[in-house]
Amino acid sequence: MPDTTRHAREVAVVAFAQSDHRRRTDELSEVEMVMPVLHQVLAQTGLKAGEIGFTCSGSSDYLAGRAFSFTMTLDGVGAWPPISESHVEMDGAWALYEAWVKIQTGEADTALVYSYGKSSPGSVRDVLTRQLDPYYVAPLWPDSVALAALQAQALIDSGETDEAALAEIGARNRASASSNPYAQLSGAVPQGDYQVAPLRTGDCPPIGDGAAAVILAAGDVARRLCERPAWITGIDHRIEAHSLGLRDLTDSPSTRIAAEHAGVFEGPVDTAELHAPFSSQEVVLRKALGLDGSVSVNPSGGALAANPVMAAGLIRIGEAAARIHRGESDRAVAHATSGPCLQQNLVAVLEGDRA
Amino acid sequence: MTAASPPEILRAPLVVEFPFTRSLGPVQSAFLTGLREGVVLGVTTADGKVMVPPVEYDPVTAEEIRDLVEVGATGTVTTWAWNGSPRRSQPLGTPFAWVLVRLDGADTAMLHALDVPGPDAVHTGMRVRVRWAAERTGAITDIACFEPAQPGDGDGAAQAAPHDGEFADAVTGIVAEARLDYTYSPGRAQTAYIAGLSEQKTIGERCPSCHKVYVPPRGACPTCGVATTDRVEVGPAGTVTTYCIVNIKAKNLDIEVPYVYAHIALDGAGLALHGRIGGIPYDQVRMGLRVEPVWTDGGRYPDHYRPTGEPDADYDVYKELI
Repeated sequence: MPDTTRHAREVAVVAFAQSDHRRRTDELSEVEMVMPVLHQVLAQTGLKAGEIGFTCSGSSDYLAGRAFSFTMTLDGVGAWPPISESHVEMDGAWALYEAWVKIQTGEADTALVYSYGKSSPGSVRDVLTRQLDPYYVAPLWPDSVALAALQAQALIDSGETDEAALAEIGARNRASASSNPYAQLSGAVPQGDYQVAPLRTGDCPPIGDGAAAVILAAGDVARRLCERPAWITGIDHRIEAHSLGLRDLTDSPSTRIAAEHAGVFEGPVDTAELHAPFSSQEVVLRKALGLDGSVSVNPSGGALAANPVMAAGLIRIGEAAARIHRGESDRAVAHATSGPCLQQNLVAVLEGDRA
Repeated sequence: MTAASPPEILRAPLVVEFPFTRSLGPVQSAFLTGLREGVVLGVTTADGKVMVPPVEYDPVTAEEIRDLVEVGATGTVTTWAWNGSPRRSQPLGTPFAWVLVRLDGADTAMLHALDVPGPDAVHTGMRVRVRWAAERTGAITDIACFEPAQPGDGDGAAQAAPHDGEFADAVTGIVAEARLDYTYSPGRAQTAYIAGLSEQKTIGERCPSCHKVYVPPRGACPTCGVATTDRVEVGPAGTVTTYCIVNIKAKNLDIEVPYVYAHIALDGAGLALHGRIGGIPYDQVRMGLRVEPVWTDGGRYPDHYRPTGEPDADYDVYKELI
């Protein structure tokens, strides 16, 4: 038995589903993209939407340029008669955190968490500049690749990596994605030209549309719904100062602190699903989480293989949980990030019952 | 009723622009006014760290900080990235380096652009200086960019010096312009609806589970949470289920007030849609009034609805749709 005594209630991921991640989905509205994933994750448990205690979603209107788009995707859940529902303008990993808190309070025994990103209508590199400090930074329009490239150069200057090592990270993730039927990029992908040097195309995530959903359940409900629940034995999230020039970009103290609070370091992990949209960010996260060569990092291919913005973090938790469901992992760490250069970080520990 | 066929994908450009008007507190006001005057200010934290650009609260202790200091207009690159393809609105239109620069006298770095001919002309540790914009308004873009420092630049500017932050005609706010370009595609269900409108037909979709007909369709039944796939033509006539009288003229709207805005349940539809009622004095519109759409030449949706002249619908017929 994993130690789930840290929190008031035992909570597990009991089901996970995701869409095929694709460069464009012009033929689908957001709800049309999300709905099949909701049906799949509910079907895994046999639950109907009306039987779910709490529903929470994560998305951002800025991606598709549609105001209040999450209210439209809620149509895919079946929200009448009224359900208990909430939304975060964040990656779905933070929606999962809210749902986990809701279950801890005893107000729900089950939760449906979903998130989606339809990046294809806009230019995600430009869109993400709108989350930056509006006084000193956003007026310069530094795009997401440029900011990641500053971090990559800082890592190279510090001697912690070089361009060849970064290329290997991209290649390894996409090779792993060959066994992931949902991935947007897999197999041998050319490293490509510089986007913003030192980052090349191969160091950057694909831009695409996708959705994911997870069902959480407490205690015996989880045991009933899932043969081998992925117990969330710890979860925590932290944020760093918003000014990039105040931070040591080669380190991620927020990830380390979140990991300490989630209990990552209290035992060995066999799997890590890291939300590292850029190859250089995997270097930072491995250091912060103390991962060595014995840990299988991003067996799904990670965000370098599919990065539906606002869903990619939830997918990391889902992929880690699915490995536990399948008996391929006993203790996994899942990580999600948001903001430039790993500004905000969420870390969860997932464990399966030992035979 | 017809089964859905693969629609032609509709696309249209969608531009979202917003000028956010933001007020500045005393610290940000002093910093941006200083840039207008060619002076770079920072703040000193309780433990003596100088932060440039200045923040209002200590990121470690959360204590308010107000002690302004002047730092140099020269500094050192702490990290950089080469931007070979500048994007719209970025500081320079020619290839440039993004840089974090720690100005002389500061302990933290600021983000900006560095104008150099190529990536070989930039390195971490390089000495740079501010290039001021020709016209300055009190914004971060008053620094046009950084450029390589010349011999003699920055001599004697290594120490931060106290500054009262007082300037004549201080900048107290900025307008942060933003523009994002999208290509909007409405998806399968709304594509069918829009295609129907082009033939002056109103197309709804029926839920295969509860059989309600949604118009306009959004592709999902919010009650059952399943796709609505069966297309149904509804109307053209309908019934006013409820209404309001609008007395305030909206900007750019070419309709005289007062006018009536109503919920209209088109015949065969499972819920009401919105529309303006015309062709009848505003104070004679009533629940149950039977109406039909009026299309104008080239109109892509009904301009308004007018009475059909039929007797009013019985309340029991439409009460579930209010």
